[in-house]
Amino acid sequence: MGKTEKGKSSFFQKNSQLLVPLIALMLLVIFNLIRDPGFFSIELVNDNAGNPVLQGNLISILNGASELAILAMGMTLVTAASGGQDISVGCLAAIAGSVFIKVLKSGPITPWLVLGGVAACCLVAMCFGAFNGTLVSVFRVQPMIATLILFTCGRSIAYWINGGATPTVESDIVKAIGGFIPGFPIPAPILIVVLMGIFFALLFRFTTLSMYLQAVGINNNAARLNGINAVGVKLLAFVLLGLCCAVSGVIATGRLQLVNHETLLINIEMDAILAVAIGGNSLGGGKFKMIGSVIGAYIIQALTVTLYAMKVSSTDVKAYKAVVIILLVVLGSPVVKRWFGSMRNKLAVAGSRKEAA
Amino acid sequence: MDNGTVLTMRGISISFPGVKALNRVNFTLREGEIHALMGENGAGKSTLIKVLTGVYAKDEGTIEIAGIPGHITIHSPQEAQRLGISTVYQEITLCPNLTVAENMYIGRGKGMGVPWKKMYREAGALLDSLGIPARPRQLLKTCSLAVQQMVAIARAVDTQCKVLILDEPTSSLDDREVEMLFGLMRDLKARGVGIIFVTHFLDQVYAVSDRITVLRNGELVGEFETAMLPKVELVSKMMGKELEGLADVAPKRDAEEEQAKVYYQAEGLSSTESKPFDFRIREGEVNGFTGLLGSGRSECVRTIFAADRVTGGRVTVEDKPVTINKPIKAMRNGIGYLPEDRKRDGIVADLSVRENIILALQVMKGFFHPFSRKKAEAFADEYIKTLDIKTASTDTPIGSLSGGNQQKVILARWLLTHPRYLILDEPTRGIDIGTKTEIQRLILKLSQETGMSITFISSEIEEMLRTCSRLIVMRDRNIVGELTGDELTQDHVMYTIAGGGN
Amino acid sequence: MSGIRFPFPRKDREPITDTTLLMSVTIGIFGGLYVAAMLVFGGGFLKPQQIFTMLNENAFLIIISCSLTVVMITGSIDISVGGVTALVAMVDVMILNGKLWPQAEMNDGTRILCAALMAIGIGLAFGAVQGFLVAHLEIQPFIVSLAGMFFARGMITIISVEPQKTAGAIKTMLEQRIEIPWLGSPNKKGVMIPAKMEIGVIIALVIVAAIYLILRRTRLGRSFYAVGGNQQSALMLGINVRRTRFMAHLISGLLAGIAGFVFMMHTGAGNATNATASEMNAIASSIIGGTLLTGGVGNVIGTFFGVLTLTTIKNIVMSSGLTKPWWQSITTGAMLCFFILLQSVLLKVRTTLQSRKEGAEKDRIGD
Repeated sequence: MGKTEKGKSSFFQKNSQLLVPLIALMLLVIFNLIRDPGFFSIELVNDNAGNPVLQGNLISILNGASELAILAMGMTLVTAASGGQDISVGCLAAIAGSVFIKVLKSGPITPWLVLGGVAACCLVAMCFGAFNGTLVSVFRVQPMIATLILFTCGRSIAYWINGGATPTVESDIVKAIGGFIPGFPIPAPILIVVLMGIFFALLFRFTTLSMYLQAVGINNNAARLNGINAVGVKLLAFVLLGLCCAVSGVIATGRLQLVNHETLLINIEMDAILAVAIGGNSLGGGKFKMIGSVIGAYIIQALTVTLYAMKVSSTDVKAYKAVVIILLVVLGSPVVKRWFGSMRNKLAVAGSRKEAA
Repeated sequence: MDNGTVLTMRGISISFPGVKALNRVNFTLREGEIHALMGENGAGKSTLIKVLTGVYAKDEGTIEIAGIPGHITIHSPQEAQRLGISTVYQEITLCPNLTVAENMYIGRGKGMGVPWKKMYREAGALLDSLGIPARPRQLLKTCSLAVQQMVAIARAVDTQCKVLILDEPTSSLDDREVEMLFGLMRDLKARGVGIIFVTHFLDQVYAVSDRITVLRNGELVGEFETAMLPKVELVSKMMGKELEGLADVAPKRDAEEEQAKVYYQAEGLSSTESKPFDFRIREGEVNGFTGLLGSGRSECVRTIFAADRVTGGRVTVEDKPVTINKPIKAMRNGIGYLPEDRKRDGIVADLSVRENIILALQVMKGFFHPFSRKKAEAFADEYIKTLDIKTASTDTPIGSLSGGNQQKVILARWLLTHPRYLILDEPTRGIDIGTKTEIQRLILKLSQETGMSITFISSEIEEMLRTCSRLIVMRDRNIVGELTGDELTQDHVMYTIAGGGN
Repeated sequence: MSGIRFPFPRKDREPITDTTLLMSVTIGIFGGLYVAAMLVFGGGFLKPQQIFTMLNENAFLIIISCSLTVVMITGSIDISVGGVTALVAMVDVMILNGKLWPQAEMNDGTRILCAALMAIGIGLAFGAVQGFLVAHLEIQPFIVSLAGMFFARGMITIISVEPQKTAGAIKTMLEQRIEIPWLGSPNKKGVMIPAKMEIGVIIALVIVAAIYLILRRTRLGRSFYAVGGNQQSALMLGINVRRTRFMAHLISGLLAGIAGFVFMMHTGAGNATNATASEMNAIASSIIGGTLLTGGVGNVIGTFFGVLTLTTIKNIVMSSGLTKPWWQSITTGAMLCFFILLQSVLLKVRTTLQSRKEGAEKDRIGD
């Protein structure tokens, strides 16, 4: 019996953590289709400038979740290596956005300047990431506590960089980052998510990062005694998260072509942590699946869009979201899993008894 | 239940997914006896204990306790405690952030408040009467491991228990402390407490126990009077076969006499945890650090591997001066290190057997050169076969393997790096006799056939005498002697440890 | 202290615990900061009213910091407290201004009583549900309380989109101040103004004292420490870990409810953005007061001074002429960073010293 099962269930055994999020995503889709069969229809229209663009709820879910998906990728790494979460990602994104705009304001906007701006804000965000990482890895401060510092003052730093204003830029290039690249119908943020996904896939394929992160997260001592630079690995995770913050900060800035330190990606740190948890990853660190977190991010966005479509106001959404989240995590909780496991065992035993009879 | 019996377990069965951990096991404990529970790893000792303490729920069987009519079911450790069953585990299960007295009294008694004064007074009296060197108001984490263990026993003693379970209580104690513990056990026995004593140390079983129950593969082998059961027979009952003597272990080679090349040499090497010491090992030599627990033997080898922060000293590898201040540098100089504490420093529990095996070699190969899945699979398969590691697949998380098999995986990890010099710190602790013998054979084979230098540490002096050609004796964190050739006898080692060496 | 003589020489005093050490450092720094502010800025800092204003403004923060301290000692976390505070404030204001249950005939006293009961009820409900999810279903407390926060914040706007205010006689009743003439100080015209303290401050101080006693004197309190120190060991020591964790969250919820009532008494307004990010301020205060997020270490007295320290820093920044809006939180962040590093270094040095001492003792015995 054991052997037949082995062949059959290998995918679900290896990816069992994705089961609940995938089912949740499916249920959301089915629910929406029942409610409104045309909910996921996509149409190709021309925008004001005459460029072809794709429109529809599906596109707006994918597009709207871009920043969250990117942050969830980085958050997964930090969670895996440090067993804690970074609550400063929204603030870091705000700082990155401010730096981006600050650079753009320094001269006439050329593609090179935009590139320089992106590079500068990535660098700044990665430095702040390294600051968080140093507190966590060298001074062994709990990640949540360490990042509480930037959580407290990050948005004020952004305000300071902005010089007490909410600066705007007029630029087609910046507009394209948060909207559409002229002539290409898929929103640019979706493309950036794909690029980031490819970046991490390559990183995992061509380096040992994934194994190191997990080893450090599961047993720091053992990792160190096997020659892994545990401090460095944790630091790297935070720096990579800093990069993710910068990228999502640039996208968010591009959407409005302005940076408001107060509202830019407000409360997104909570959603990013949620995405990691909904994706079936343990917040205690160790083994992880980045794809799970990305699915988690899309679940959150799909839920939000669904609620909006049901005429729930944007401030009320939180309460409904909370209920769904609790349902999801209850289904994924160890106790409920054990219960399902024992139910399955009992069914199997009953089945084999029947067979024997 | 007849008189004088405090505990009867009949037909206990329990199964976990895929394993029958206990199969219709019986166990009886009399009043005022010390009853050893023996068996190799995976025999079901811990499972039986956990059924009795309410950690696991049994599938079948009955439990009876003197003074309580009818069959009982134990749902939780608290309930076990209320029924008069107390347990002292191998790993300290106390709270490090509370005081000694709190650790002795928390979780029992009634009422809302904590009577601090009374608690401190009673704790002080009890600690004094048992001769335990701890102060009631002291934070537990400031006590040594051995004292923490004794506090745990003091707690168990004070609960007026009928059944006291000691689950490998001696593995972190030195001989003097073991004697003290035995005194305590005999004292309790005289008071009529039934003691279940789980241990791997045969000598200790014969020193204190009255009867022995042997388990094997989750089944009951039998219950015996200790005096009636010769040691050899006990071992064969535990292993299920006649003991293969170690006589066929090839004679060891004395590298010192052969004047083989020195592989590793250290002068005045010290770390934050160890005092400066000199050390050298020749190619193909097997030597060892010996001494009581806490004598600094583990700290010395940790310093060689740079597991603790190195603070000074000169090191040469193959006569070339090198700096080894990080584990990775030691690894690059051909040194491997199997740590003393497997759980804390060795295994990466949630990762698969495969990943655990390739970990060290992967780190040496570098961050930008990951092994392909196929290559990793091949490595893992090779060593699973060579070392006969019992695992369902290479994907199984190492944490779900038995202790002995985990140890083999860690050994495989280091053998895969093809080290020139391998340090094994207590590779045989807490694993069954069969695997122990295998590991000893492997050590000698490696040194003789591949010229690997090996430093071996074990609490069992016999084991070291059998394998090492040179023993470095330590006492109180200093090297107090070096024994070779004819000096390698148990008496001589003891004599040196005790301080008569010079 | 006591006259008991031990049978053999025993040190009468133990070295102070980590909790006490971290707490004393905080109290010391708070004292230093305050005295420095008195010397440098004088003015308001010299008046006792300054302290009372700090307390009046932060009574609710002191209360939710206490709840954070309790859950953090147990090795858990509760970030829903800010949301619960805001939700309770909104519900209470609507009870008091008659928007909720308008048809019910109630006099002002009954309405206030209703509001207080409602505050406790909502708090307990949040605490019980979250406690159940954390303790019995073993879900990560961070996620549970995050959902709790979302739920509370969402409920506020579901109940009322518009901000609500108390008015009339009830407003005056709630705004009653306790006057302490002998701690008064003269105003510009030389007239003595007595020091004023809000009722909420009394509630907060009573809660600090109660939680201190619970943590120190009751079995439940000690099990909080045990569970936070080592959950597995606590279980083996016969502590009902589930019940303990549940109780920690229940207490946390209850306190958050009370905090909501106190907040409402102070502001008299219900608003979706009430007490924003106060959960993080509460965590920061607990940490500054010497509570560790890892569990098992902490003390509410420290937390109390943690709140005062944070507020003093803000006051100092305001008095020092750094008037740009960002300086306050940047300084707070820097100060938080300082405290976190200080604690990390202090504990590290302590462990090193201790292991050195142990080594030396071993050597002495060896010789």
